[in-house]
Amino acid sequence: MSKIDRYSSRLVTVGLAVLLVLLAVGCTPEHNQSTFDATGPVARSQLNLFYWILWTAVFVFVVVGGILIYAAIRFRRKPGDPDPEQTHGNTPLEIGWTVAPALILAVVAVPTVTTIFYNANSPDPGSLTIDVVGHQWWWEFNYPHPDGSDSVVTAANELHIPVDEVININLDSKDVLHSFWIPKIAGKVDLVPNHPNQMWILAEEPGEYYGQCAEFCGVAHANMRFRVIAQSRPEFDAWLSTQAQDAVEPIDPLALRGKALFEGDARCWSCHTVAGSKRARGQQGPDLTHVASRAHLAAGIVENTQANLRKWLEDPDAVKPGNLMARDAEVYNDPVRELTGADVSALVAYLRGLD
Amino acid sequence: MTTLAIPLPKRPAHPTGVLAWLTTIDHKKIGILYGVTAFVLFITGGLEALYMRFQLAQPGQDFVSPEVFNQLFTMHATTMIFLGVMPLGAAFFNFVIPLQIGARDVAFPRLNAFSYWTFLAGAILLKLSWFLGGAPNAGWFGYAPITGSDFNPGHGIDYWAVSLQVLGIASLAAAFNFIVTIVNMRAPGMSLMRMPLFTWMTLVTSFLLVLAFPVITVALIELMFDRFFGMNFFSIGAGANPLLWQHLFWIFGHPEVYILILPAMGIVSEIIPTFSRKPLFGYPVVVLSGVIIGFMGWMVWSHHMFTVGLGPVANSVFALTTMAIAVPTGVKIFNWIGTMWNGSIDLRTPMLFAIGFVFLFIIGGLSGVMHSSAASDAQQQDTYFIVAHIHYVLFGGSIMAIAAGAYYWFPKMTGRLMDERMGKLNFWLVFMGMNISFFPMHFLGLDGMPRRIHSYDSAMGWDLWNLVSSAGAVVLAAGILVTIINMVRSAKQGEKAGADPWDGRTLEWSIPSPPPEYNFEQIPTVHGKDAFWMQKRQRVSTVPVAGASGDSHDIHLPQPSYWPLIASIGLLIGAYGLVYSATWTGIIVGAVGLATTVVSVYAWSFEPVNEPVEGAAGH
Amino acid sequence: MAHAEAAAHGGEHEETSTGLNHRKLLMWAFLGSDCMFFGSLIATYVVYFGRSKVGPFPEDVFSIPTTSVSTFVLLMSSMSMVLAYAALNRGSIKGFRIWIASTAIMGMTFLAFQVFEFTDFANHEVHLDCVEIRTNEAAIEELTDYEKTFVDECVEGVDEFEEQHGLTPRTNLFGTTFFTLTGFHGAHVTLGVIWLLSLLFFSFTRGGVTPARSLDVDLAALYWHFVDVVWIVIFTVVYLFGVFPGI
Repeated sequence: MSKIDRYSSRLVTVGLAVLLVLLAVGCTPEHNQSTFDATGPVARSQLNLFYWILWTAVFVFVVVGGILIYAAIRFRRKPGDPDPEQTHGNTPLEIGWTVAPALILAVVAVPTVTTIFYNANSPDPGSLTIDVVGHQWWWEFNYPHPDGSDSVVTAANELHIPVDEVININLDSKDVLHSFWIPKIAGKVDLVPNHPNQMWILAEEPGEYYGQCAEFCGVAHANMRFRVIAQSRPEFDAWLSTQAQDAVEPIDPLALRGKALFEGDARCWSCHTVAGSKRARGQQGPDLTHVASRAHLAAGIVENTQANLRKWLEDPDAVKPGNLMARDAEVYNDPVRELTGADVSALVAYLRGLD
Repeated sequence: MTTLAIPLPKRPAHPTGVLAWLTTIDHKKIGILYGVTAFVLFITGGLEALYMRFQLAQPGQDFVSPEVFNQLFTMHATTMIFLGVMPLGAAFFNFVIPLQIGARDVAFPRLNAFSYWTFLAGAILLKLSWFLGGAPNAGWFGYAPITGSDFNPGHGIDYWAVSLQVLGIASLAAAFNFIVTIVNMRAPGMSLMRMPLFTWMTLVTSFLLVLAFPVITVALIELMFDRFFGMNFFSIGAGANPLLWQHLFWIFGHPEVYILILPAMGIVSEIIPTFSRKPLFGYPVVVLSGVIIGFMGWMVWSHHMFTVGLGPVANSVFALTTMAIAVPTGVKIFNWIGTMWNGSIDLRTPMLFAIGFVFLFIIGGLSGVMHSSAASDAQQQDTYFIVAHIHYVLFGGSIMAIAAGAYYWFPKMTGRLMDERMGKLNFWLVFMGMNISFFPMHFLGLDGMPRRIHSYDSAMGWDLWNLVSSAGAVVLAAGILVTIINMVRSAKQGEKAGADPWDGRTLEWSIPSPPPEYNFEQIPTVHGKDAFWMQKRQRVSTVPVAGASGDSHDIHLPQPSYWPLIASIGLLIGAYGLVYSATWTGIIVGAVGLATTVVSVYAWSFEPVNEPVEGAAGH
Repeated sequence: MAHAEAAAHGGEHEETSTGLNHRKLLMWAFLGSDCMFFGSLIATYVVYFGRSKVGPFPEDVFSIPTTSVSTFVLLMSSMSMVLAYAALNRGSIKGFRIWIASTAIMGMTFLAFQVFEFTDFANHEVHLDCVEIRTNEAAIEELTDYEKTFVDECVEGVDEFEEQHGLTPRTNLFGTTFFTLTGFHGAHVTLGVIWLLSLLFFSFTRGGVTPARSLDVDLAALYWHFVDVVWIVIFTVVYLFGVFPGI
């Protein structure tokens, strides 16, 4: 064994040991999007399946990798060794190692198929159904109206759901592909234009869950995030009925000026809807009827504070590079129409009032 | 011979220097050209990866913009697959196959030169996009509809689509050539079941190429027609279903995965027996499993689409077919270990890389089984877990095997051995670097980090492993640097190799290093597998074919030609024009290029392989 | 040097491991590849069949009798190709010239039909006999789905409604997939015609086309038959199923 060999083998051993130790540290359920912290039946079924396959794979790896390394060390050539026996094969052995992996795979295949069907079929197709629409780069959530009419209640980027209930989700996209993923609650399903998809989820614990678009969708793909807020049924019902109402009319003069700008020169209305406003009916951007009630701005990117909203309105590209408002809105791409500091203050005052 | 009065430039009779390389139709020179070009391009792909790893080393960095990041991952993958691994494989096909089957050249030497120059044209065109308005930015998979003009008005996607078409022509030309060469030009006695494993895997790969590339050609034509002429193949407004692209892409794309890995398996199946001094264990089974993998590669494409909503029945079927592929793959691994068992193993650099390949491929194969389970894959799809997997199979698999092959056949190509000490250092740096870089990606994926994000929040808990991964990338880069130094130094001052430095088993080791232009002075006759080993150990002589004389001056070799090069240059110009086909300039440039190609192909078909008068001796 | 020459000349009498000529094997491999090419185009056509959002649709534009004629011509050209090859092998250069010319002419006839058809589709007109529609309830049922969308145009005072609604590659999914598929087939036929005409031309040069070099013709014939077979598939899948979706 040359020096470099000995040194390197030691490095490998140390390296693998370090990796294994860090493995325990690395995959902790504490992280916001850890798949190890399954808090719903869908994610749990996927996690259980994962562990089942993982341990099978680790077993195979240790056995086969071990034999490989053993063979490489055990049968090393020593000076003067004669040619080894020229064996060409061993039929029983070869049949054995063809059948063995097939058997191991059967062990993996059965739970795979049952889990696929479990995840695909909603246990309660009649329960609350939410339509999710993906946009570059934000999420639209449509709820059935609490008054039972055909109209919908539209929210964006924060998905409120009642805890411990089966929620059916319809997925659709209006532009490119996206993928809807809440790692702690359910694995992802893609949003494909002209190919609507369905899934079901259930959150067992109240609280806030992180979600993120998982299918590459363009320049702001990394910043297409969302939150799921699981709450008790009464809390959820209260939230939904608030969201179903028209926007609050501003009284404060600054906010009134903001509304005038919003529905006038700033042309916010051409892309955003504010329910109750005659002008603001745009569909390209998120519905802003209750924007102040949301905890985050720009699809889960920054907290919804006065300062952040101001920053967002002053220079959206700095908050979320590539977003379409910064690209397409005239107030951002036409220097003549640029918002003044006073304009921004007025818009902030108006939007902060939309709770 | 038909003689037609075409004003040809005088044919290069005995070119020297650069001209000799430009007009060569010698498979060995073309192999070396492929190898050097692909290695340079591989390094550019590596640099693209390093940029990404620098960007992701820390959360919230602004080292590259999101747009450039998207271009980087698109170009990294496209480069590594089409300009790196595939042509590196082609380098070995070219150099090794005729030598292994006892032939003097490939079946169509000029077509062979054409495929190299066309590959270079495609590579130049793709890489040019960086400097001409921006590289493609929609991923190597180019999922519709984000590649459409509505979402992607620049020329990046046009460069991508057009250069992939050009590269497709190159690959198809090479594949046709190797099918005919392997089927038709084997030395007497070399029946199919006596062919070396690398030849076998090249044959399977060539069939996959021939059948898979037309599918991506059609998909790209559809994309180009949408972009250039406003057609509706992927137009959402007209009712198009974006899954059409995904199906076409992966019907090509999954066989493509085996196009990348089967030659690697072939290389390793040559090296392990040589350095174990034993014949390949269960040769027929290894051949058969390679064929089965190639065949089953057509039945699993939808496992790339488990989350697009094909329904539970389709997902179950594709999960099962995918798992089934693990059986022939496992069989190969067991047979390699079986070959080493009771062998006399010499851990020289090629063998180290080969064992490294098997080890890493076991990991990559097992993580592959993990996401063949569609339900479990719902959490892994489009995360770093998949990034880890593909790097274990493509780097740990293909690249490790290609490195093994490079160390193994370098002495045959150059006549000199690569330095062994540097080789060992090379191996360990690459092996460690790749594990440090790619293993943590498993954790990142399971911790919920999606692929293709240009940045991430510190709050997500992904900082540590991203930093480790980036550090590993630097180690890996150091390893590649050692490869470069070792190759350049050894080519000049390496130890003289002689004809058979490794005690080889196959015919390429029976001739001098580097081989003479005509390869075999006498065409050998083959009496069994491992023909050269039999000759050495069992004193079975290779009898010359009847009618062959021992005088190498009588060997008629095809002569150099300008036409393959000019035809490819025409393609390059034409393809460049095609990118701008919305403008008149583009149309004119495109037409000029196309005309150049047509004229040179025409001239080529009337150019005799050998000038009849000047004599064929070539001396 | 059997092998060196095999590599060098790719001639007809080379010794190969399989006995198959290099160029013939190459042609078979190419045709296999081309099968996948057309297979993908046909698959695209099939998955988009019936998914167009606006007309015209297949039953509006296709004329099965016309296309049957061009199909028949192309099929006959295959027979003529066989006769050309047979004539050459008999040693009859004259017979070869006659049959290869007739093959090329039939190929060009097919192309002319295609050009006519494409122009016709691009200038498609919706034509409604409003008097008939008003007086005869059953007349509406005879209309195609696309024509029915124009029935409202038959207001009082309009006896006849006529409006151009051409089918182009941009019109709808049907136009896009149809023109691409048949266009690529037409390109294949065009290439074939050029090939046949070159063979005809070289039959007038010394030693250009001889029985000893019949492989040149054999390869062209292989290609030509392949292009014919592809057309039969296209005719069945696109035209027949397009107009009679029930069968």
